[in-house]
Amino acid sequence: MATTAATARVVPVAALPRPSRSLWNNALYKLRRDKLTIGALIVLVMLAALSLAAPLFSEYVFHYKFEQQDLLHTYEKPQLDNLAYLLGSDEIGRSQVVRLLYGGQISLFVGFTAAFFNLTVGVALGLGAGYFRGVIDDILTWVITTLNGIPQIYLLLIIAALWRPGPFTLVVIIGLLNWTGISLYVRGQTFALREREFITAARTIGARDRRIMFKHILPNVLPLIFVLAAIDVGAIILLESALSFLGLGILPPTPTWGNLLTNAVSYFVRAWWLVVSPGAMIFLTVLCLYLIGDGLRDALDPRLKTH
Amino acid sequence: MRDFIIRRLLYAIPTLVGISIITFLIARLSPGDPIRLFTFGIKDFTQEDYLRLLHAYGLDKPIPLQYVDWITNALRGSFGESLIYHRDAFAMLVERIPATLQLAVAALLLQLVIGVPLGVVAALKRGSWVDGAIRVFGVAGHAVPAFWLGLILIIVFAVQLRWLPSIGLLTVGHDQWDIPDRIRHILLPAFVLALTGIANYSRILRTETLDVLAQDFVRTAHAKGLHERTVVFVHALRNALIPVVTALGGILAALVGGALVIEQVFSWPGVGQFTFQAAIAKDYPIVQAGVMFTSTLLVVSYLVRDLAYAMVDPRIKVS
Repeated sequence: MATTAATARVVPVAALPRPSRSLWNNALYKLRRDKLTIGALIVLVMLAALSLAAPLFSEYVFHYKFEQQDLLHTYEKPQLDNLAYLLGSDEIGRSQVVRLLYGGQISLFVGFTAAFFNLTVGVALGLGAGYFRGVIDDILTWVITTLNGIPQIYLLLIIAALWRPGPFTLVVIIGLLNWTGISLYVRGQTFALREREFITAARTIGARDRRIMFKHILPNVLPLIFVLAAIDVGAIILLESALSFLGLGILPPTPTWGNLLTNAVSYFVRAWWLVVSPGAMIFLTVLCLYLIGDGLRDALDPRLKTH
Repeated sequence: MRDFIIRRLLYAIPTLVGISIITFLIARLSPGDPIRLFTFGIKDFTQEDYLRLLHAYGLDKPIPLQYVDWITNALRGSFGESLIYHRDAFAMLVERIPATLQLAVAALLLQLVIGVPLGVVAALKRGSWVDGAIRVFGVAGHAVPAFWLGLILIIVFAVQLRWLPSIGLLTVGHDQWDIPDRIRHILLPAFVLALTGIANYSRILRTETLDVLAQDFVRTAHAKGLHERTVVFVHALRNALIPVVTALGGILAALVGGALVIEQVFSWPGVGQFTFQAAIAKDYPIVQAGVMFTSTLLVVSYLVRDLAYAMVDPRIKVS
């Protein structure tokens, strides 16, 4: 009798007032209310779209190619009469706004691709070391403390100065140097997770290591990896701009936000606008990425106290 | 505690070994043959001479043995002669250390003096526009390209307003001990270098102060009828300051690394600028001395951070 009553009481569960929410649904729900993060996301998407559409803009809006020069219109101030000089022109009359758009392509490409490398390396190594522990973990920890012991900009600058890499090599180098933070995080999480009951349960029913790592542990680590990724992209864009600014990143005539500043330095007494705009683009992009990272963290981490 | 210190000290050794291997390999793997570079343009330079020089410099030995030679000398503070200045590389580097230290100490002071109060104020005024502004600053401070901010500050304060000088340690021809002049010179680079740390501290202190203020002992202090100011500054702040020590490691790393770019922007004759220019000129002994020096500094500061943390927070166990 009692059993029937209990069963009867369980049944209405199907008719909950609202469907249950998964972590991701919940995060999306929270994100939608977070105006700052949504704003940052919109600005970032717009910046990326503008950069990707740079050839279209230069052809149909500004009527000015990115390598086009005009020695009669050097150091034009920012103006509205001639759209090509919307943000002024440089020492050989090139359009700053068009070059900024093209520069965005490279800067964003480097940021996202290198971050992808970082994530792949960092997650794979962190997961492996945290799961298998022992010698693998000791070696990884040693590599990480060693890499963290050398100021990153030193290592990058020296590699760049001695080997002079192109854009693709640069991406690979940054990708291979910058993964330590992500790796440490994944390793720590894996360490804690592998002791939990659901992992023991999975092992009991005969799941193999690979399955446990990728099907059971990784999904639990993944949410905050997105947070780290957003911040990582921003940090790489800053790093690339500093390298290019010092003349060791991506070299002219390919414009990037960093190397546009290298030139501008020589003329900044005459043309301050050449200094302001590339830096402002870097600042805006990185700010958006960091804000998105913060917003994602708030949305994805249910344990986080909201102050 | 003693065990903890010894264990932590021992941990630093493999790290330093790893760093020295990387530093050694930088020169070994880079393109160009040092002997050919050295003897370029000498007439009658035969293959036999080449081999003799190779042997004299120990470059015909296997790479691991070369590393042992190199590290033995490096431990004695000898990285060889600069290829350009023909002076001892390490001695030249040592001359640059005071400038970098001045900059780092000034930046560290600015970070604490500006960053900590910002965080506490944000926490106390939680939810107000002041809090909002400080939080935005906390993110924005990380996102600004430091070298660009340096350029903008030079344009505003040195070129337009002419309030502050833009380059160097002190005005040329001035007395070494002209302290006001030195302070005017260090202000801009130190601020730019400090910015990330200021943003960092303001964020940490805000979260931490809010956490501490929500704890029971703070309520007890209030219940005893203590003045608000006493509660915040004597009871709460003391506990909120613990993470300042933990954050120090990351902040020192940012200081050491960031200094290179900022020294370049402000023509500050420090270790970073020196190493960077040596790297461009492929002056390997100086590059190696520079990397070893800054990395050792970094490893030691991580060490000091961990020890300080263990002293401040008795919950850290020796494990």
